[in-house]
Amino acid sequence: MDTVDVLIIGSGASGAAVAWSLAETRMRIVCLEQGEWQKPSDFPSTGRDWEARRFSDFASSPNQRRRASDYPVNDDDSPIKVVNFNGVGGGTVMFTAHFPRLHPSDFRVKTLDGVADDWPIDYFTLEKFYALNDRMTGVSGMAGDPAYPAHEPPMPPLPMGRTGRRIGEAMNRLGWHWWPSEAAIATREWEGRAACINIGHCTPGCAQGAKGSTDITYWPLAIRAGVELRTNCRVREITHDATGMATGAIYYDRDGNEVFQPAHVVVVACNGVGTPRLLLNSAGGKHPDGLANSSGMVGRNLMFHPWAVVSGYVEEKLDGHRGSPLCLWSQEFYESDASRGFVRGYEFQFGRGVQVITEGIQNMALGRVPWGEGHHEAFRHWSGRRFSVEVCCEDLPEEHNRVTLDPVLVDGHGVPAPKISYRISQNSQAMLSHGVAHGTRIMEAAGATDLSITCPVPVAGWHLLGTCRMGTDPSRSVVNEWGRCHDVKNLFIVDGSVFVTSGGVNPTTTIQAIALYIADQMKQRLANLFD
Amino acid sequence: MAHPFLSDAAVDDLRCLAAMIIPASARFGLPAADDPAIFADLLASLDHDRIEVEAGLAHVRAKAGRGLMALDAAGRAALGRALQAEGTANVAVLSRLVMLAYYRDDRVVRSLGLEPRAPFPKGHEMEAGDWSLLDPVRARRPMWRDPR
Repeated sequence: MDTVDVLIIGSGASGAAVAWSLAETRMRIVCLEQGEWQKPSDFPSTGRDWEARRFSDFASSPNQRRRASDYPVNDDDSPIKVVNFNGVGGGTVMFTAHFPRLHPSDFRVKTLDGVADDWPIDYFTLEKFYALNDRMTGVSGMAGDPAYPAHEPPMPPLPMGRTGRRIGEAMNRLGWHWWPSEAAIATREWEGRAACINIGHCTPGCAQGAKGSTDITYWPLAIRAGVELRTNCRVREITHDATGMATGAIYYDRDGNEVFQPAHVVVVACNGVGTPRLLLNSAGGKHPDGLANSSGMVGRNLMFHPWAVVSGYVEEKLDGHRGSPLCLWSQEFYESDASRGFVRGYEFQFGRGVQVITEGIQNMALGRVPWGEGHHEAFRHWSGRRFSVEVCCEDLPEEHNRVTLDPVLVDGHGVPAPKISYRISQNSQAMLSHGVAHGTRIMEAAGATDLSITCPVPVAGWHLLGTCRMGTDPSRSVVNEWGRCHDVKNLFIVDGSVFVTSGGVNPTTTIQAIALYIADQMKQRLANLFD
Repeated sequence: MAHPFLSDAAVDDLRCLAAMIIPASARFGLPAADDPAIFADLLASLDHDRIEVEAGLAHVRAKAGRGLMALDAAGRAALGRALQAEGTANVAVLSRLVMLAYYRDDRVVRSLGLEPRAPFPKGHEMEAGDWSLLDPVRARRPMWRDPR
């Protein structure tokens, strides 16, 4: 097989952005994706069984979804379970499209708050890439949020809805910050994509094409520019030569054949669990402890965002299953305040409501909806009136929180699966408790009763960060300040693995801004990329 | 026609269990979850959870002692209360599958005041809202820390 200039592994949030950005170089670029293209006509919202499919082929946990494209994850040793999606577009196919940026302070946590490490890059380095990603993705929102440096989302915000109005009024009573969420959802026609019609079932794929998953944003443009995307290709390992440089990757094609794809440059974009898994599975020769792992940091410092939910009921019917799942955010408690008993902070996100049957299932588990007599009355009583406050906590890096290879569990091709070992820190626990207490105040201010609290939310490992951290010290980090591995100068990592700290917001726009930034650095350095 | 993986006895148990979970309602004019159309939909939706379904039914059968079909109405009601209170994972899967099949039936959906349709392509109407509600927030000083 011919040697390609750039081999990208993974077609999700970051792989797509890098492929699109590098395409203008006219290099020969191939991307290997273990999953398949998604057909919008197959998304759950097109069928009457739309809620049921959230528990089967569109479940958020790969261990429940169990598609051929999925790999199992042993997360028994973690109170937070891994969530992902494997297919063209990766996790963006199933994300909520809640699209907040990190704050400037997130990149300077050591300097400002004396914890963890500063990033070797900052918000203002990424600012133009955030803006570029906003345009490429099609982001809606509202300028003027005092929680952020000035910037202007290209489209107006999602509808406030009944739930949003109730929350906004409550937040004003409390005097706390709130703002319409920036969302990777088109609120008007955008680059050939249709505007959101409030399908409401948008987490497991948007049949309307309003949600900016990368299969419909970056990929069509990258392919038109000459990038080759091969689907159903699961990479087993990245190979290297006697000098330790990457030489390509061995993968299994859709027929199960073992294929070697040689490459001059390899870019890994497999997320904070898939990337360390692949590097550890590539151990051997010059890299006995895993590729690019002389620091021992590959797989360490795993960060999720510990999550809590406070939900409750009001008398009026709210948005329920209609509209995007999230509509507003609050960053009242985002920046550090030592008086709170923890460092760093969290974001509140507000859930509009719950799907009709899912509401009933959850209330049945709580005993509110009985089996047998009284079932129908109870189902109706609890239907359509619930909303929630969600707490998204910053997670600080700790080396014992890590991804390793499971000694037994393997995927469908016999490749060792990842094993998660993770504990919620005291700082995160204090933050969760603060968030639950203040989330409860919000619910009460909004007139909610029958409150219930889930803390931490178990299946909430959406954000997989930190396991190949960025830094200038090769003994303490895996990649340098522009994404190149310290140990392997033709190997780049562009996904959430490179995060030094997690911030307290959903990371996708930052992941993509970093990917665009790294691609830009590569383009600027093409003549001496390996020096 | 035989079910792909459940025995006839297991199908009977599941039918009985479905009606224990969601009985008919004279008040709302609704059938129970063992209604032929609903139950056929339920039987067709078990594949993904085959392991849990088989284990759940085995558990229910063991708890019932003589088998579900042999219990009278009071015995089934008592067993239902016990199973719900016990809340084992596999029985929770069974009750979830019953709920998902029942509440997508046209008759049931209409009774809830909803349209029996897929969310796409019609979508839903939403209140745009009045963003002047944000005025107190707009008036705030910048909250972000500038580390430069």
